[in-house]
Order: sequence, then structure tokens, then C-alpha cells
Amino acid sequence: MFFRGKYSGSSFVELLDVDFPHLRATLPERWAQEAAPAVPHGTTVLAMRCADGVLVAGDRLATEGHRVASRDLQKVYPTDAHSLIAIAGAAGPCIEMARMLRIELEHYEKIEGEALELEGKANKLSQMVRANLPAAMQGLVVVPIFAGYDLRRRVGRLWKYDVTGGRYEEAEFEASGSGGLYARESLKKSWRPGLSREEALRVALQALADAADEDRATGGVDLVRGIFPIVCYCSAPGTEELDRETIERVYRGSVEIARSRAAGA
Amino acid sequence: MSIPFYVSPEQLMQDKAEYARKGIARGKSIVALEYDKGIALVAENPSQLSKIGEIYDRIAFAGVGKFSEFDQLRKVGVRFCDVKGYAYSREDVRAKALANAYSQAIGDVFTRELKPLEVEVIVAEVGDPRLVGHEDNVMYRVQFDGSISDHHGWCGIGGTVESIEAHLKNHYRPGLPLGEVLRIGRDALSAAANGSASIAPERLEVCTLDRERAGRKFRRASADEVRAILA
Repeated sequence: MFFRGKYSGSSFVELLDVDFPHLRATLPERWAQEAAPAVPHGTTVLAMRCADGVLVAGDRLATEGHRVASRDLQKVYPTDAHSLIAIAGAAGPCIEMARMLRIELEHYEKIEGEALELEGKANKLSQMVRANLPAAMQGLVVVPIFAGYDLRRRVGRLWKYDVTGGRYEEAEFEASGSGGLYARESLKKSWRPGLSREEALRVALQALADAADEDRATGGVDLVRGIFPIVCYCSAPGTEELDRETIERVYRGSVEIARSRAAGA
Repeated sequence: MSIPFYVSPEQLMQDKAEYARKGIARGKSIVALEYDKGIALVAENPSQLSKIGEIYDRIAFAGVGKFSEFDQLRKVGVRFCDVKGYAYSREDVRAKALANAYSQAIGDVFTRELKPLEVEVIVAEVGDPRLVGHEDNVMYRVQFDGSISDHHGWCGIGGTVESIEAHLKNHYRPGLPLGEVLRIGRDALSAAANGSASIAPERLEVCTLDRERAGRKFRRASADEVRAILA
């Protein structure tokens, strides 16, 4: 391969298309329609703006029709030091897209010696979602949320997408997936500008719990197996995944409050 | 068609080698040194054009000679590793395979083309103590004719490698902290370049492969950091 490659730009996706087409398997023309429900689907993810960054969270359940496909699927992925992708839709293409975006951003940064702007990263994802449109038409939908910390403007930002690659920046919050509607309703009530990290975590867990309460395909906290939502926080110092202890502590605090409210105390 | 003059293969190779050496000697040298937590790469480079770059999670690149040529090699290396890591796993991307690919490619140009590449490169890989069999640091030097060698402790490239080596033989010890190793590296480059005066921190390009970082180990030190470390 070494010097023989024809591609000389900075995009990994284009590099594969030009020089390694065999690594870019595409779907057969007519495949899915009836097969689509048989692949695992990931469900509810959300992102919200906070005082000094963004918080992104997702439940862990993947379903195949009415069956559980996985109880601990990862739906939130850091794509580089200052950006994240949260995915909802057909799990296979979703995970592949998250992985491809990470490689794409890293590849660009290494080749050019400089990372893309946050808007540039969001736009790149838009093209990837659009390229998935033929598969989406056959039922393999990928609807991500992209979020990150804009180092030039010193603010957290987030974008939602539609299946055609349409990209919409959200100033407050967004939730996607089968339980997205319920999560958004919950966020609408509890989100406010300038949330601290801890407050945002509480709001996010509440929204996921509300989604899991109404939507059978969204997973709740599984205390028996010790499975909690994945929550990542992205601000000026970088992206970090919140540890299980913190999430569990905030979750148990919310449960206590809900319980005493139900008891009428 | 006119009949070309006969030139013996020995003469031809010698001429090419001399041409490449001259080109390389025009630039400044680079040295890679192991420290207690990884590998530091140090270059005298007052310009904004980097000679040291990130290739993959644990792999860094450094090149001397003609900028356009070694920068092309760097980019090809990034593509080679990213494709490999995508097709297999991130841990399958190793410095040895990359150094070998460089050796093949540079050697190929040296024998086949009229003009050899006027470059010398280092491929450095920091070990990961959590991966059995991947614990050790490795550094490869690939020369303009494709000859490849592996190094421990330190590895220099450029026209003044002999005097750098002479300096490091007397001053380098394994297991030193980063600050110490940077000073030794700078002194070796200074001694090789002009004899005595130390190179100012703002003229240094310093990158590290830090074993203790999560994920991508490569890090470029800013001028302020270099100044602070060397102070």
C-alpha cells in the first residue's frame, strides 16, 4: 500500500473510499425491510447545555423487536478530547458511525496537525448520516446527537440530526431514540440555563428514568447487575466519563426524594 | 537514442548516498530519549513546521532532511496505521511494521529512482505495561537508503549523529525524569550544532509519548511548558 495510495487528502472516510473500497462494505440493494427489526436497536440518549460545557447521557438497553439484545450497550462515545457522539437507532450502523467519526476526527488532526473546529466536526457527522440514507430507507436508521466544547467560543454546544443528514443546533437540550420524546418532556420541565455538573447529572438521570418509565425499549437502572446509564461531561479541560459511584449516589438521592413524595411526606 | 555513458553500480550508489547525506546534513538533527515515563523527542526547530508528529496511539514520528519528503512519509504513515487499526484492532498497530514499511519504501526509492530521498526518520513506540508483550519502548531509525536499526535509551537522526552519540554516551542514564532527559537532549543537540551555547527553549520542538496518559499517548509541549521544564 505504502506509496501506492492515490488519495492525498485529510479525510479517513475518503481514504477508504478511494484506496480501500473493500473495507467499505455497503448493504445489498434490497435487504432489510423485513429483516430490519431483527437487528439490535439502541434507544434513548440525551444531551444538554450546562454552565461550563455539555452533559451527554444514554441508557444501556438494546432491543431486537420485543427481546432484549443487550443490557449494557454503550451509546455515548467520546470522539476526541472535546467532542462526543450519542447514538440512537440500529446498533450496528450506529456503533460503526461513532467509531468512524472518532477515527475521522483523529485522522484529520494528525494529518493536518490541527483539530477541526467543533462546527466542522458536526458538519462531518452530517455527511456521514446522509451517506447512511439508503440504509435508513431500509430500516437501519442512525440518529445521533453530537455535542462538544467549543474552544474558540468557550461554550458547550450540541446538534441533533435527521436521517437525511439535516443538522440542527440546539441551544438548550435534545433527546433522541424511542424514549426521546419522554426524555425531552422531562427535560423541558427540569432543565434551566447555567446548570452545574451535579445538577445536570440529576436532571439527566431523571429524564432517562422518565423515558424508561413510559417506553418499554428504554432501560432503567439495573441494581441487581449494577448497570447504570453512561454519562459524559465535556468542558474546557476535556471529556470525562462520570464514574459509577457518582451516578449511583445521585440516583439513590433522587429515588429517596421520589419515595418520600409518593408517601406524601 | 544516444548510448549513455557506463557508470558502475558502486559508483552510482556512492553518488546517491553522498547526495542524500549532503541534503540531510543541511538540516538540524533530532534525538529521541527514553525517560522514566515514556519517550521524549527533541528537535531544534524555530519554525512553525513540525518535524515531529503523532502517528498512532503509542507511536510517534520524527524526520530530518527535506521537509516535503519526510512530511509526506509522516502522512503516509498515519494513513497506513489508521487503516490497519480500522481493519483489525488498535493494538495491532505496531511500530515495527511501520518502520519496516518505511524501510522498504525509502530503500525502494534509493535503488530505483534517480534521486534518493534526502531523509532520515525515527519511529518511536512507547510500551504499555497493561498489555502483555507490549511493555517495552522501541525506537527505530530508518536511513536514506532504507537501512533500519533499533535503539534503546536514545536514538538520533541527522547530519551530526556522531557527535550527539558521543555526548549521550557520557551523559545519558536510563530511568531519568523528563526534565533531566530534556536537558541532556538539548545539550546533545547544542554540542552537535555549535559546540557550547545551549539552544534557547523557544527554538526547541518537544513532544512526548507519555505512558501514563489514557488513550493517545502523544503530546506536543508548548513553548511555555518547555521553558518551565527546562528551568
